[in-house]
Amino acid sequence: MLLDSLLNLVPELNKAFLETIYMVAISLVIAIIAGLPLGILLFVTDHGLFLENTTVKSVLGFVVNMIRSIPFVILLVGLLPLTKLITGTTIGPTAASVSLSVAAIPFFARIVETSLREIDKGVIEAAVAVGATPWMIIKDVLLPEARPGIIHGITITTISLVGYSAMAGIVGGGGIGDLAIRFGYYRYDNTVMITTIVILICLVQMIQFAGDRIARLADKR
Amino acid sequence: MIEVKNLVKVYSSKKNKVIGVDNVSLTIKNGEIFGIVGYSGAGKSTLLRCINLLERPTSGQVIIDGVDLTTLNEKELRQARLKIGMIFQHFHLVSSKTVFENVAFALKAAKKSKEEIEKRVNELLEMVGLADKRDAYPSQLSGGQKQRVGIARALANEPTVLLCDEATSALDPSTTKSILALLKKINRELGITIVLITHEMEVVKDICDRIAVMQDGKVIELGTVYDIFTNPKEELTKSFIHSVLQFEIPDHLLKKRTGTIVKIQFKGEMAEEAIVSDMLQTFKVKGNILHGKIEYIQDMPLGIFIMELTGDPHEIKRAIDYISLRTNGLEVIKNVA
Ligand SMILES: Nc1ncnc2c1ncn2[C@@H]1O[C@H](COP(=O)(O)OP(=O)(O)OP(=O)(O)O)[C@@H](O)[C@H]1O
Ligand SMILES: [Mg+2]
Repeated sequence: MLLDSLLNLVPELNKAFLETIYMVAISLVIAIIAGLPLGILLFVTDHGLFLENTTVKSVLGFVVNMIRSIPFVILLVGLLPLTKLITGTTIGPTAASVSLSVAAIPFFARIVETSLREIDKGVIEAAVAVGATPWMIIKDVLLPEARPGIIHGITITTISLVGYSAMAGIVGGGGIGDLAIRFGYYRYDNTVMITTIVILICLVQMIQFAGDRIARLADKR
Repeated sequence: MIEVKNLVKVYSSKKNKVIGVDNVSLTIKNGEIFGIVGYSGAGKSTLLRCINLLERPTSGQVIIDGVDLTTLNEKELRQARLKIGMIFQHFHLVSSKTVFENVAFALKAAKKSKEEIEKRVNELLEMVGLADKRDAYPSQLSGGQKQRVGIARALANEPTVLLCDEATSALDPSTTKSILALLKKINRELGITIVLITHEMEVVKDICDRIAVMQDGKVIELGTVYDIFTNPKEELTKSFIHSVLQFEIPDHLLKKRTGTIVKIQFKGEMAEEAIVSDMLQTFKVKGNILHGKIEYIQDMPLGIFIMELTGDPHEIKRAIDYISLRTNGLEVIKNVA
């Protein structure tokens, strides 16, 4: 009986799982592409650093904080017009990726900024003293030195995205969360509920494990 | 030549102002090793960091080989910094890069080609004695080795000036000696002007030509190491030198002596003259040496003796006058007469 209902679920689960992976992957890529430069900018424009710029720093800092202070559920609904504009639809995993990306960019940017902050200021100063350009310092000092921290940041962001993507079910975003809401919550189907939770737990564990592994390999110190 | 003119650095925060460097002017000659000493917070690092504009002076000028660095734009300043090496107390190497890559970074900043970088880094590592550590990471090196990497990086673009902020303070005495020997070699063989901060007078005595003593952001005394050591004017300077030329006789021993006790300082050539034996032959006094030492500062001897003179008080006074006249460095520590 239990096995039967599980077997019936397999195609649905399979689709939902792939949708989740799809949403998380797209948003993660966008979060890295936009969040990494943003995080670097937040750091290097800070007081006493080589591209110190109070205006840029405070404007960026304000925008980042603003987005981060909006609860994701509200962001999800609030960004529906923007989603429609970009993807042409407001339902499905592609549509959900828009708000996921918007939420993940500032989140990841702050993580990048924090990892950069942990670099010994003296090392950066030594690079300035050597006559290096800001670009060289970013590429050859900041990024290599913060690499393990940034990789941890990617892991954390990915896991947060898995969590957020489950919420995307609320607006019909698809994915495992959507499945859990449709079957488990609305139809009181505990089998589906528990199965989805188990899948999410396994997914998060795997991401954490892989992330830690990669971070260790990247740490040359 | 480095000319620092009326340099002022004020750190202002919302609440208060801290004066780091207070109107300092000095000239550092080409090819000399110039030391800056002073207690913590005296402004040594601030002054040094103003020389390559890591710290932008509040006012004043820093002129290196005729170029006023404070007037340069960012690009020109980077260009100028290629020719000003700097090493630090805590080395500040990039921990995720190998020894080779750390040194290569400086050459990349000068836009050297791959082949040039390869050749020059090997040359530099050879010079600092780390050719075999080429592919090691900083965490695999000892403090002395890390500082050698720092030196190789600083010298990569053939600078005319090397700035050292407490470059040996994190090292043990024997490693300190070897790093100092390397700095001296760099100075003599490559003719690089070295400006170094230290709080160890031993370091000054070993390698500096001239020193500036700093207190509260000001330079309170400046001169050749030999002059400063033999004839310090300021109390602070005296206290610094004291640590190297310690010449106190314990009080309880002094009390036991019955004669007049004098401290005689011989400078340079004098140390080789037979002043004391002349004195003993000329006057009817007996001399008893309690303590004696000859230090070599900048390869010039500085002799210090503590003697007890006994005999007729009148003769002793004449003997003292005689030595004072010839050495210009006699101090009566205890007078019985
Ligand atoms: N970034 C800064 N912001 C505010 N004040 C500073 C800053 N850097 C230095 N100071 C102040 O300037 C003064 C001189 O500091 P500096 O670091 O030059 O001293 P120092 O002689 O190098 O001391 P030490 O031997 O401890 O290194 C101190 O009073 C210090 O508190
Ligand atoms: Mg200092």
